[in-house]
Amino acid sequence: MSETSTSKPTSALADADAVAGPSEMRKLSRKEQRSIDAKTRLTSPWASGFALVLAILWSVPTFGLFVTSFRPERAIKTEGWWTFFTAPEVSLENYDAVLNGNTDFAGAFLNTVVITIPAVVIPITLALLAAYAFAWMDFKGRNFLFVAVFALQVVPIQIALIPLLTQYVNFGIDSSLWVLWLSHSIFALPLAIFLLHNFMMDIPRSLIEAARVDGAGHVKIFFQVLLPLLVPAIASFAIFQFLWVWNDLLIALTFASTDLQPLTLKIGNLAGSRGSEWQLLSAGAFIAMIVPLAVFLGLQRFFVRGLLAGGVKG
Amino acid sequence: MDFLLDTTTSGEKIIVMLIAIALFVAVMGLVLWLADRPSVPRLVTVSGFVGPALLLLVLGLLYPALLTIIQSFQNTSKEFVFLDNYATIFGTPSFRTVLFNTALWVVLVPLLSTGFGLMYAVLVDRAFGEKLAKTLVFMPMAISMVGASIIWKFVYEFRPDQAGIQQIGLLNQLLVMVGFEPQQFLLSPPLNNLFLIAVMVWIQAGFAMTVLSAAIKSIPDEIIEAAKMDGVQGMAMFRYVTLPSVRPAVVVVITTVAMATLKVFDIVRTMTGGQFETSIVANEFYSQSFSFGRPDIGAALAVLLFVLVVPIILYNIRQMRLSEEQR
Repeated sequence: MSETSTSKPTSALADADAVAGPSEMRKLSRKEQRSIDAKTRLTSPWASGFALVLAILWSVPTFGLFVTSFRPERAIKTEGWWTFFTAPEVSLENYDAVLNGNTDFAGAFLNTVVITIPAVVIPITLALLAAYAFAWMDFKGRNFLFVAVFALQVVPIQIALIPLLTQYVNFGIDSSLWVLWLSHSIFALPLAIFLLHNFMMDIPRSLIEAARVDGAGHVKIFFQVLLPLLVPAIASFAIFQFLWVWNDLLIALTFASTDLQPLTLKIGNLAGSRGSEWQLLSAGAFIAMIVPLAVFLGLQRFFVRGLLAGGVKG
Repeated sequence: MDFLLDTTTSGEKIIVMLIAIALFVAVMGLVLWLADRPSVPRLVTVSGFVGPALLLLVLGLLYPALLTIIQSFQNTSKEFVFLDNYATIFGTPSFRTVLFNTALWVVLVPLLSTGFGLMYAVLVDRAFGEKLAKTLVFMPMAISMVGASIIWKFVYEFRPDQAGIQQIGLLNQLLVMVGFEPQQFLLSPPLNNLFLIAVMVWIQAGFAMTVLSAAIKSIPDEIIEAAKMDGVQGMAMFRYVTLPSVRPAVVVVITTVAMATLKVFDIVRTMTGGQFETSIVANEFYSQSFSFGRPDIGAALAVLLFVLVVPIILYNIRQMRLSEEQR
């Protein structure tokens, strides 16, 4: 969670950008050159080697399941996945079985997508507007409300689940897609508002003042001045929220009807009911992982930025 | 219009999603258009911006939270029973195991993952292949906890020790190779808790490493250069230069991981279902509320979860103030 971050992240953020972003071409003074040398000089080969070995060990469990997902069922159940290297047998049967068999992971994949997209778009939009008001509009009780929203981050979502479910049932909208989007949006808001507010405060006041002098209203300032500058910040939080919704189990378990079960829920149930069917579990797990992994590997820079700004939700 | 609430086919789901997004854009557009007309009072403009978010938070988080707190002092037929639910939780041996396990998680996960994360951040700093190594260690953060649970359940998989039967779980294979008997890692308390905790450490260490690595890289060069001139090296450099410089970040990471750990239930639910004395508060909340029909106990557990988070936050805020004063 992000109480962490009011002071620290600015420096950490700037640093992450400096490390990851394309460096500007300009003449470096000798002092700067020396400090860059100090930063980039490699440590001892022993330390490097040890670090790499640890990183590989860290990935072995994932790799093992990955290899397993491509092996025939009989092989999976009689010998370890490491025998793959001495007697390789590759098959796509597991993926076919789990996607199209009665486990219907293809349907679950669609459910996850359909749940995730609005559950990312809606809270970010609402949070952007609220963050704008907290950052750039004057109104009574502004500070109190902002602190209240900030404090709501502390509340574990478990504490709201059952009354929320009761309300949904009363309104007759339970077990529809709407309650999934609504719940994810609600639980994302405190962190989203807080993070985006922090990013907005980094924008120079003079820019907004200038627009105001030109006669622009709040909506115009929001869309034409702020939004273009906030794209990296929005991307950071969007990736965060995307991974969170895609990987969520608790909200799906509480609110999703059988027709709407996402991938996480399907795998969780499969692990409970058919825990030794490793050919299904391994392929299913990788179907669920492929999209978040691609997003993570492709957009790691934004993800790290979001993390450093304090975006950890539990 | 039934399909708006009851989507069964793929086409319906996609259409409803598009309708929802269009509806949302239309409503927000209307709100902003109204809020921005020059004639409206400022209060309306402000409400247009913060209103939707605040409304959702009050109705969807604050009000339900209050209802849960009230429920935690009532029994299932909504009669007021004061602290009975809490007494049940603290007085029953099975619940005490849950509390003990939770304490184990909240102490071990932050310490181990931050410890490893810090060690790794120092080790990998300026190493050959730094980027690749960091990506590999960080990767579990992108995988769902359910996925991570499956990955590790397979590592822990057990096959009986008989002739002609080979181990398919990596850990048991290693045990067999060095001459031990294979173990049912997830079935025998209390050690099985440690094998579940290992999964969370595996996930969170990458987070700790990433944040601490950024902190290490932001230590000013002058400080490091000056220390080197004074002949500080190796462990001394870590002990007297690196560690004090990243101390605020370490506190942040430990408390963040502790809070995340308290609320996590995916791992326990997927790997053991809370059986074999492995349940923790977050998992027990779900089981009591939805499986065992005890919303009263569930409510008390949810409130307990909230109460447990508060001291961690307060500590975090206090440390932040301290480190700001020192500047």
